Amino acid sequence: MAILVIAEHDNATLKLDTAKVVACAQAVGSEVDVLVAGHNCGAAADSAKQLAGVRQVLVADSAVYANAIAENLSQLIVSVASEYQHILAAASSVGKDVLPRVAALLDVAQISEVVEVVSEDTFVRPIYAGSAMATVQSLDAIKVMTVRASAFDAVAQDGSASVQTLDNEYSGDVEFVSQTLSESERPDLGAASVVVSGGRAMGSAENFAILEQLADKLGGALGASRAAVDAGYVPNDLQVGQTGKIVAPDLYIAVGISGAIQHLAGMKDSKVIVAINKDPEAPIFQVADYGLEADLFEAVPKLLELI
Amino acid sequence: MKVLVPVKRVVDANVKVRVNADNTNVDTANLKMAINPFCEIAVEEAVRLKEAGIATEIVVASIGPKASQEQLRTAMALGADRGIHVETEEELAPLSIAKILNAIQANEQAQLIMLGKQSIDGDNNQTGQMLAALAGLPQATFASEVKVEGEQLVVTREIDGGLQTLKMPLPAIVTTDLRLNEPRYAKLPNIMKAKRKPLDTVTVDSLGVTLKQHQKVLKVTPPAERQAGIMVASVEELVEKLKNEAKVI
Repeated sequence: MAILVIAEHDNATLKLDTAKVVACAQAVGSEVDVLVAGHNCGAAADSAKQLAGVRQVLVADSAVYANAIAENLSQLIVSVASEYQHILAAASSVGKDVLPRVAALLDVAQISEVVEVVSEDTFVRPIYAGSAMATVQSLDAIKVMTVRASAFDAVAQDGSASVQTLDNEYSGDVEFVSQTLSESERPDLGAASVVVSGGRAMGSAENFAILEQLADKLGGALGASRAAVDAGYVPNDLQVGQTGKIVAPDLYIAVGISGAIQHLAGMKDSKVIVAINKDPEAPIFQVADYGLEADLFEAVPKLLELI
Repeated sequence: MKVLVPVKRVVDANVKVRVNADNTNVDTANLKMAINPFCEIAVEEAVRLKEAGIATEIVVASIGPKASQEQLRTAMALGADRGIHVETEEELAPLSIAKILNAIQANEQAQLIMLGKQSIDGDNNQTGQMLAALAGLPQATFASEVKVEGEQLVVTREIDGGLQTLKMPLPAIVTTDLRLNEPRYAKLPNIMKAKRKPLDTVTVDSLGVTLKQHQKVLKVTPPAERQAGIMVASVEELVEKLKNEAKVI
């Protein structure tokens, strides 16, 4: 039976998360279709066609899907759901918004943040901020699940899927008012191979400039702990943790972050973790591969100099 | 306007849980329990709407064992007017919770239902969206700002790249994100007063809800342990290790 992957995109570009969710789908079965729903989303659909192993790309191009409104998207997905045994989306803000609505409309449960496929009906997911891993078997006919993209490697882009156009338009009561996106030249936090994160000890928004320099020098993304976001040092979409972004880069540098359970939940699967903190008792040192007990305002400039 | 706020009893956010010896669940015996932090934010927002003269009544509901009444009393001490406790010993999936809440909403006909975006135990992030689907209501998830403008709700949401603002008719469902507000502490006189506020206990059957099992937890295991790291003495040593040992820069 076939698997449907809901594409993650901003109409113009397909996000790397989609290629990672397709990899998860291929661990379940071989007939993988991708749904690209958006407005003027031809470019995103073209990229989806190139994802290795994708059978068919379904394209729903309409103004009603422009801003990924959950009411509209969920009805569209439900309209094609009977063709599929699995419906997957990235555990992104869109996937988390839309998919539970889809599941309830289909009267099936959802499995959130899947990190491992055991079999076509059994999956592993973290619970309690990653303090435990639950192996869950779905008893439903249609398995609806969100996938933790950082747990899978993106598929290649050498495919040539066919395209099917969906012209059903669904719209509900929700009206889009506005959107403000943080502009950044740096790589996307979820996709970056290096992440430099700062915590409360950065002291001010201005002081984050040295971390930005470090991130830029390493070609990485900037992240932050909840404390730094709450203090207003950086915007909240940079928050790494249980309720922010989950990342697993090759290198994660935590500067002035104590390492609360909720923060660790978002980064402890990074390949190499470096912690710079002046408190030798900080819990972050328990997960760090390399720990440096030092004042960040001395260590980070020196680090910038040496790399 | 009536506001319905479902709240959940969970292990306190600062407690690190461990998997039990037979790998069937996490061991929650004798751990400190509390209102799920996101539910607390939902209660706070409802109370602020009442203080602003917009909400007239706040009903809190919780589904779980008898001890969940503690969390309902806490919510009432924070300003909720009455509580509904759906008593069950079973651990229910979010879809079942959403079905029960939908039955409560059918009785209460609240104009606004405010839930936390996720509970910090199951980390599912599903119940609000599922309730919206079952009740046929619009949803605004991950809210960082909520404004009631007449019969319309204007909500700013935290999305991956920034913020998004949506407008929708009431009744509607909102799930709260961390940045929505800073919850207050319950004052002692209010804790005393909350003991006298009405609290109804009902059962799943009395609400006329039939539930089915959608999934089985086969096992719960501890996460993979990270290998112990090392402390370096200087920035020079750190850079040397990252270049030559870890080869990541």
